[in-house]
Amino acid sequence: MRKFTAGLRHLYGANPLHLLTLLAGFALAGYVVSVLGLSQLWDSKVWWHSILVWFIGAIVLHDLVLFPLYAVADRSLVAGWRAITGRLPDKAPRVSPINYIRIPVLATGLLFVMFFPGIIEQGKRTYHGSTGLTQGPFLDRWLLIAAALFGLSAIAYTVRSLLVGHEQNGDRQSS
Amino acid sequence: MLGFFLLISLPLVILTGLLDYIAYGPQFHQAIPGQVGFLHLPFFNWPTRPAWLFQFTEGLHVILGLVLVPVVLAKLWSVMPKLFSWPPIRSVANLLERLSLIMIVGGIVFEIVTGLLNIQYDYIFGFNFYTAHYFGAWVFIVGFVVHVILKLPTMAQSLRSRSLRAELRTPLDKTRPESPDPDGLVASSPSSPTISRRGALALVGGGSLMVAVLSVGQSLGGVARSAALLLPRGRSYGNGPNDFQINRTAVSAKIDPAATGPKWQLTLAGGPAPLQLTRSMLLAMDQHSADLPIACVEGWATTQNWSGVRLRDLAKLAGVAVPNSAYVTSLEPKGVFSQAHLQSNQVLDPDSMLALRVNGADLSLDHGYPARIIVPALPGVHCTKWVRSIGFEA
Repeated sequence: MRKFTAGLRHLYGANPLHLLTLLAGFALAGYVVSVLGLSQLWDSKVWWHSILVWFIGAIVLHDLVLFPLYAVADRSLVAGWRAITGRLPDKAPRVSPINYIRIPVLATGLLFVMFFPGIIEQGKRTYHGSTGLTQGPFLDRWLLIAAALFGLSAIAYTVRSLLVGHEQNGDRQSS
Repeated sequence: MLGFFLLISLPLVILTGLLDYIAYGPQFHQAIPGQVGFLHLPFFNWPTRPAWLFQFTEGLHVILGLVLVPVVLAKLWSVMPKLFSWPPIRSVANLLERLSLIMIVGGIVFEIVTGLLNIQYDYIFGFNFYTAHYFGAWVFIVGFVVHVILKLPTMAQSLRSRSLRAELRTPLDKTRPESPDPDGLVASSPSSPTISRRGALALVGGGSLMVAVLSVGQSLGGVARSAALLLPRGRSYGNGPNDFQINRTAVSAKIDPAATGPKWQLTLAGGPAPLQLTRSMLLAMDQHSADLPIACVEGWATTQNWSGVRLRDLAKLAGVAVPNSAYVTSLEPKGVFSQAHLQSNQVLDPDSMLALRVNGADLSLDHGYPARIIVPALPGVHCTKWVRSIGFEA
């Protein structure tokens, strides 16, 4: 018996429970799709109105669009900063601005990704029919939130730079 | 760490979502989607108490779902190197496990995307939201359970590997890279860190906190509502008695204003003979008044002072003192929510009423004039507006 499981482990790559768990999972997922009805997954009139397209599209959108975009943006920010400080080490600010840029960009970006329908006024008619209002204020509100976030970050960066500068001057005087 | 947090919080989102299916009354075939096989919680009669029950369950579902978006994104970011690992498949086990990730990753992102679009009335996806969100949730649940079973040891190990308290005391200049792990998730030659581990946790937590502050107001209502700056239900309608959140205007429900005028009559059916009541006859009956929240499946709520005739008084008048259920229809010509069944407890609750007035004034047309149903803890869309008839079923 032990020999058998060892053999299976070698052939399969993990213990038998791993295999059983996954097979049970796939069978259950199959049941979910079967209750929904396979035909429900696909809209033959408008292909991109299909549940299947949106389900797989969700993975593609996150893994192959959103992630590469923010990863490249972040890499460029860090690499750019390092290139500048590498070339002009004397003139480089004492406090790295990376996180003071990164955080408000991430925050405003997150808010846009989550609440863009209101900001770009998508779904206008349904919105008006449901609420009796328009989506007019959302773009301005998002811009004001962005202004506040970048402003706060600028203040925080200034305070931090002054504190560090003060500390370093103090160190120099005492030595 | 992120995984542990999601392990605790995601089941709450799942459970409240499934509870809301029950709140819609699947025993009357009015929960959407209609056919779900075994994929539901055991059916039970949705209670009317506490009156804020639906406001709580649905508010928790939507707001917690929103708050978890930064955590989910951070979790996906942290495991992203696995997606591009080389060779892409190491064994059959590895292949199957990667395939199973389609359920959990596709499931969570699909649920977030459809949920976010729905609460903002953006139906660009074209398919039925309820059906897609419900079955998408079950695919996610399967993937989630499988993932937890397979990865629980890994999570326990990584939680044990570091002390949270020590990490919270480690600044950037003392932050060292992770030692290599058997799963190959740790970078083999990491660049020098730009943020400490506590900083990264604070970033995710801060993101969640920001989303919470910007959304919880639409569920709590009152003064907090104005903080929900970017959500449809953070808006103010003014200060008048009828100036509160409207769901579906009379125009979009295609209500004929003439049908709501003096000619309007309420039909009470189910007894020996149907009764017709005018609005003044209803106003001449015993008026009951109560502060009750009306809460929507989109996770927003608003509490108002409603007054009108108790449903149980109407049932008695119709000749069915203890009905098993009631069937309410609206003047709305068509649409899923132009009718609703109420359970016995929802008819007999002392605060359940056919509301005629709100905050001391007549209901406005957009809020259901001449009369609307108000039942504690009942989903808002089943608090039928522009009521045409009520049939009490013994």
